[in-house]
Amino acid sequence: MKNKIFRGTPASPYIAIGKSFLYSSKEIVFSSSREKREVAEELALFEKARHMSLRQLRSLRVELKKASDPVSSRLIEVQVLFLQDPLFLNSVEKIIRVGKESAEKAIVNFSEDLEKDFRDIPNSYIAERYLDVKDIVDRLLRNLQEEETDTELGSFGDIMIAESFTASTVLQMSKAGVGGLIAEKGGRTSHFAILAEALNLSAVVGANGVTEEIESGDEVIVDGISGVIVINPDEDTKRRFERKKEETNAIQKKFLEQKDLPATTIDGYSIDISANIELPIELPFIKKFGAKGVGLLRTEFLFLTSEDVPDEEEQYDFYLKVAEHAFPDYVIMRTLDLGGDKVFKTKVQEENPFLGWRGVRFTLANKKIFKDQLRAMLRASAKGNVRILIPMVSQLDEIIRVRGIIEEIKGELKKEGIAFDENIEMGAMVEIPSVPLMADFFSEVVDFFSIGTNDLTQYTLAVDRGNKNISSLFDQLDPSVILLMGMTVQKAHHNNKWVGVCGDIAADVVAIPVLVGMEVDELSLPPSFIPQVKNIIRGLSLKECKDLLKSVEKKRSAKEVREFLKEEMLKRFPSLKNILVEVEDD
Amino acid sequence: MFKRDAEIINSLGIHARPASMLVKLASAFDSKVELEKDNVKVNAKSIMGVLMLASEQGDKVTIIADGKDEKEAVDSLVELIENRKFDEE
Repeated sequence: MKNKIFRGTPASPYIAIGKSFLYSSKEIVFSSSREKREVAEELALFEKARHMSLRQLRSLRVELKKASDPVSSRLIEVQVLFLQDPLFLNSVEKIIRVGKESAEKAIVNFSEDLEKDFRDIPNSYIAERYLDVKDIVDRLLRNLQEEETDTELGSFGDIMIAESFTASTVLQMSKAGVGGLIAEKGGRTSHFAILAEALNLSAVVGANGVTEEIESGDEVIVDGISGVIVINPDEDTKRRFERKKEETNAIQKKFLEQKDLPATTIDGYSIDISANIELPIELPFIKKFGAKGVGLLRTEFLFLTSEDVPDEEEQYDFYLKVAEHAFPDYVIMRTLDLGGDKVFKTKVQEENPFLGWRGVRFTLANKKIFKDQLRAMLRASAKGNVRILIPMVSQLDEIIRVRGIIEEIKGELKKEGIAFDENIEMGAMVEIPSVPLMADFFSEVVDFFSIGTNDLTQYTLAVDRGNKNISSLFDQLDPSVILLMGMTVQKAHHNNKWVGVCGDIAADVVAIPVLVGMEVDELSLPPSFIPQVKNIIRGLSLKECKDLLKSVEKKRSAKEVREFLKEEMLKRFPSLKNILVEVEDD
Repeated sequence: MFKRDAEIINSLGIHARPASMLVKLASAFDSKVELEKDNVKVNAKSIMGVLMLASEQGDKVTIIADGKDEKEAVDSLVELIENRKFDEE
């Protein structure tokens, strides 16, 4: 069928058109057509592939260290141990010797048995380690096939498609020159998606069911700007996307050239534009895309990818590195925004996790974890410009208790003679409507607010964006969400506090006049969107943004708001047409 | 043969990093080294075996070694698990 359209989450703003390559271990085994050889030869082939894999992992580890990605390099260490595991080596040898199987078959048989064993492990973190085994099994199989050459994944211009990717496969694919990737799972902040963006690969993630609709060799378009995937496009569609690719490339290039110009409107109103980041590999993005510091440093990856709760020192090393990198600009560090299940890697029974024990509710109940993190942040503030941000705040009392803990730590640090910034700012995330409603009271306790529009929308409209049946109800430009944001800014400014916005809305081109019109003080966005947003702000005036906001406040639905803004923005910025217009569904 | 019991004290049990440490340490000895929990016995020099025991905080494991450096092997592993707590603190 021509022009089959799929939608996922855009994860890296590039467009790629190419031949699809379905990437899975099954594919690799079944495409193997070599004849089975003598036992001794099969054993030798296995040994050779094993040594080749060890070599590759070691050089990959060096590269990941260079990209300052200690987490992935630690996971690679586990893979190295797997390759030397006596249980694994003996079993494979036995299957080859006694079962008279090929090396490939022996590896697959062993890993299938192992998968069953791992699946029965009640501890979810350990059960997930099977993914590491699978990654190493895939590598062995590829190396067995290619025998002599150091395998590359895919070839130039290919679009790689899989359920999910590991960081190491993305690095290898990029070396082979692939154009883009599509994953069934994952989100914009998945480790592999961030790597793809860092390596300038187009990426769409969370494209549920896509592997069933695509075959290796199909021509496919990946639009990492809109999240659209077109399988076997007709000539007309292909031409349109080629044009979109060229034009967006040209626009992005122009924006990038002007990235260091300030985000100041025609009538002289300035706004800080900073970056949302999470991984060490993203640090170079701050300068590359012209961000003024880091408006949101997520810290969850430290906890998710580490098998233990990371201690103060490990966190301090990371926070210090980010703070020094951004200096003299600021880094807003958000404390842990996870639930207990993710931190302790065990199941916590909750009927409604999103209305449950997460963010500050969790950290206040686990003081050791919270104090370790806050201490690490405070210590980093001695050598950088650090601010602390608290997520999932719903009650005034929570933020008062956090204040108390910070003061307690300051006292301890003083006693120990450890330096920190005495005037470190602390802010609350605005995600739950109770905070804007009570913003006057919150202003007495916090130094700033940061609006997380994704969660604010979810909690205002009671809509789970991931639920396909209701996801159309989710729009961050819903009039109710705009009202709550405006309320926050007004009350905060009345009390001399500043307000930032760090949700997806800050990267939503049509929303810019609304945010500027409210006189939000700071926008923090995914780094690659920064040059474009700055460029648009430079083309607007504060006065016209205020007028546009007034008109928006009269709209009665998200749809009305969006249509109105789109039309107004296209009038002012005709070149946005290609970015705003997607492909129509059949 | 020499054996001793040890209790898992570190908060997250034997996850990937502790398992790596345990396997590396066990592999440094010539003796055969095994880990037993709830009547399941695994090779302590195998990362898969050690992970699959899925030992959590509060679990008791038995370390069994057989060979010329058996006592040393068992004592160092108990030290790693109970005293060093896998260097977590």
